Amino acid sequence: MTRPAAILALLLALLSAPAQAALDASEMLADPALEARARALAKGLRCVVCQNQSIDDSGADLARDLRRSLRARLLAGDSDEEAIGYLTERYGDYVLLEPPLKPATWALWFAPVGFAAVALALALRYFRRRE
Amino acid sequence: MRRLLFLAPLAVFAALAAWLYVGLGGDPARIPSPLVGRPAPAFAVDGLATADLEGPALVNIFASWCVPCRAEHPLLTHLAEEQGVAIYGIAYKDRPEAANAFLAELGNPYRKVGYDEDGGAGVEWGVTGVPETFVLDAGGMVAFKHTGPLTPDAVRRDLLPALGR
Amino acid sequence: MTAELGHFALALALGLALLQAALPLYGASRGRPALMDLARHTALGQFVLTAIAFAALARAYVVSDFSVAAVAQNSHSLKPLLYRLTGVWGNHEGSLLLWLLILTLFGAMVAVFGGSLRKTFQARVLAVQAMIGAGFLAFTLFTSNPFQRVWPPPLDGAGLNPLLQDPGLAFHPPLLYFGYVGLSVAFSFAVAALIEGKVDRAWARWVRPWTLAAWAGLTAGIALGSWWAYYELGWGGFWFWDPVENASFMPWLAATALLHSAIAAERREALRSWTVLLAILAFSLSLLGAFLVRSGVLTSVHAFATDPERGVFILLLLGIATGGALALYAWRAPTLGKGAPFRPVSREGALLLNNLVLVTACATVLLGTLYPLFLDALDAGKVSVGPPYFTATFVPLVAPALVAMAIGPMLAWKRGDVAGALGRLWLAALGAALAAGAAFAYGETLAALGLAAAAWIGLGALVEWGERLRVGRTPAGEVWRRARSMPRAAWGGGLAHLGVAVVVAGITASQCFQSELILAMKPGDSARIAGYTIRYDGSARVEGPNYRADRATLSVLRDGAPAAVLAPERRFYPVERQHTTEAAIRTTVLADLYAVIGEEDPQAGRTVRLYHNPLVPWIWIGAIVMALGALISLSDRRLRLAVPVRRRRHPATA
Repeated sequence: MTRPAAILALLLALLSAPAQAALDASEMLADPALEARARALAKGLRCVVCQNQSIDDSGADLARDLRRSLRARLLAGDSDEEAIGYLTERYGDYVLLEPPLKPATWALWFAPVGFAAVALALALRYFRRRE
Repeated sequence: MRRLLFLAPLAVFAALAAWLYVGLGGDPARIPSPLVGRPAPAFAVDGLATADLEGPALVNIFASWCVPCRAEHPLLTHLAEEQGVAIYGIAYKDRPEAANAFLAELGNPYRKVGYDEDGGAGVEWGVTGVPETFVLDAGGMVAFKHTGPLTPDAVRRDLLPALGR
Repeated sequence: MTAELGHFALALALGLALLQAALPLYGASRGRPALMDLARHTALGQFVLTAIAFAALARAYVVSDFSVAAVAQNSHSLKPLLYRLTGVWGNHEGSLLLWLLILTLFGAMVAVFGGSLRKTFQARVLAVQAMIGAGFLAFTLFTSNPFQRVWPPPLDGAGLNPLLQDPGLAFHPPLLYFGYVGLSVAFSFAVAALIEGKVDRAWARWVRPWTLAAWAGLTAGIALGSWWAYYELGWGGFWFWDPVENASFMPWLAATALLHSAIAAERREALRSWTVLLAILAFSLSLLGAFLVRSGVLTSVHAFATDPERGVFILLLLGIATGGALALYAWRAPTLGKGAPFRPVSREGALLLNNLVLVTACATVLLGTLYPLFLDALDAGKVSVGPPYFTATFVPLVAPALVAMAIGPMLAWKRGDVAGALGRLWLAALGAALAAGAAFAYGETLAALGLAAAAWIGLGALVEWGERLRVGRTPAGEVWRRARSMPRAAWGGGLAHLGVAVVVAGITASQCFQSELILAMKPGDSARIAGYTIRYDGSARVEGPNYRADRATLSVLRDGAPAAVLAPERRFYPVERQHTTEAAIRTTVLADLYAVIGEEDPQAGRTVRLYHNPLVPWIWIGAIVMALGALISLSDRRLRLAVPVRRRRHPATA
């Protein structure tokens, strides 16, 4: 590991150390419907400095900032798509825990069907050869 | 045909192993910024706003509590004083007094400093950690993003060309 | 001195492993009994030497010898003895030594219990096992020496990540490694069989107990890890499709497929080359897991301290082991010959369906885990492949297997009768319909599907036992006689299926019927969740051995009467400068009441998160039942390792 990389790793470790528990009561919106939307959206957004945690679950500082931004967008009247779009414009598709369907992820989304088809074809071939 | 079928696992594995080898060279912490190729994001904090930014320039996100920021500071000073690069600083999640003390101690390479105490501007810039450095081209578009402390190598290889030098 | 002794023992073990990798192979091909016998002695020697090395490292941790770098970096004198000891494997170097200890233990077990194997075959198995051992010993000695000294030694250690200072996680790696490494025996059996060019029913019978043992360890290890995540990470989740979790799940899927195909290979000589391939793949996926966790390609924060050099070394090991085995497979497998034919609808057909589903699911998990890496390598952007992807693909893929799970064991070998099997499963069908109806009444379609599947599988397993024992068709005495003579494998298999049903019910109910409440509470405040009243009585400072904590007292009231007290904590570990949350859980086995606390705000009060998780304990109970099933199967007379001579004398018991 080169020295800057080591420093960076240390830095990331510090930033992502759970400085406080996840979602704090003080962050929540007064309107239950709006808060429910915020929760649902937050569960699908990745805390980009954590390993595979949603911003709803993460105690990282950055996750708290993103939760706050998300709620601010919803309060300002954004639709779900607009609020998500706001974050993907700044953090990229990386922030989405569910990878969007686009040319770069076609293989990801369609390969499982392909795997199943190959498995089925192999089984059929097996039985045909035995007939 | 039958023989080929028995070769298939080996072929798949070979492809996979080659890919894993290539993957070893990558850095999982690197997150490309979607801002590249777009105008600087709209933000306004105490001391700095989007309208203040005049490209070509660097926008450096720093904090007094950030250890690697100290490491890259001499490079920033060098760029500003020796090479005349315009650098704007955003003190991320830092009290203004602490940020000012940091600059008083190490010198201030910034043309202007914005104080982003609650990290709101950080979200606008898609910051994931400090330090981060953005390059704005002459037209004010984001041309490049560097994550982590700057190194002389990164300055020569990425930053200066992106600045148009 | 002990550290040097340990280092020296490891070096000697490498020497023995190299001898064992070469001489027995030569002896087996030339018919030299002395060279073949050597393997058994060197296998025992390797284990003893590795155990000495492990003991030396453990001693350094226990006495806090900070002149050993690994101890200085990962331990602390204030840590409780238990965590000083389990800290041995809480880091890259020590965990590698644990891996080696278990690997050589399995080698020694093959040497001791493998007396029933053909001499040449045992020699070849041990030689292959020694090749794996030599690879990992070299990896340890050349890139990750756990006995590296530091001078001058620091006054105290840097401590261990507090998340790891926990009984659940302390014993998670040994179980998991038992599984990972146990699969190496199946791998060695497969490679030895390919070298000999002979895969017969005896081979399948030999490979099964080792796979069963490894699978039981893997199942229990994964369950323990998931339980730890549930109570320690503090938001009530138990499985996150994290790359590190997937790294343990993929070998589990492959090993599950292997267990099933080995049945077909043993009983009907069917699917033999496929079974060999699965044995290779299962251990290869263990190696891939080690690569993913230790090379740093996927994870930057949580994995062991990583180093590209180590990544290259493990990739090299993976390439040699898997590449070599698959090349041998491509060369030899076509000559293995065909097994007995069977119809698509038959016991073999059901086992094949199980295999295709598990392998397809495994391939999907592999793709999802590695896809971000692929995109990165192509510089095609960065995406996250998170839980939504895996649930969207994995669940529909395995659904057919869940349906078939109850039917398969009811089908006859060679040619089965689905209609007849379904007719005998009427009870399970009825149970599934009732479960679905009850869930629909709550308006939960997904829960209806999941609970119906659980009832179908669980009752299916019971019906299968009932059929075997002829319950209701013969007098009780006859049923009892049949129960006593029913093979342990049948008990074990049914129990494992029953365990799956329990897990499916637990996952479904906890996902679909969870209640959650997040609120700020001041002392005296009450909240209601799932029929309980929770009263916050305040919090206090407590001092632990190596942490400070805020401990809240939450009184649980049911119908006004006190039912329990929950005491969740927020801990701060000063040495490591880290906070952790300690959940308080009250379980009734049917549901968990789960509480964690956050920070205290002077105005608003303390953030309290409350969860009511129905059936969540079933996830781990089910996993234990599955592992238990494997152990019961393992004790089946047919598979018992050391009795072949007696069996030959009494062929009737076979």
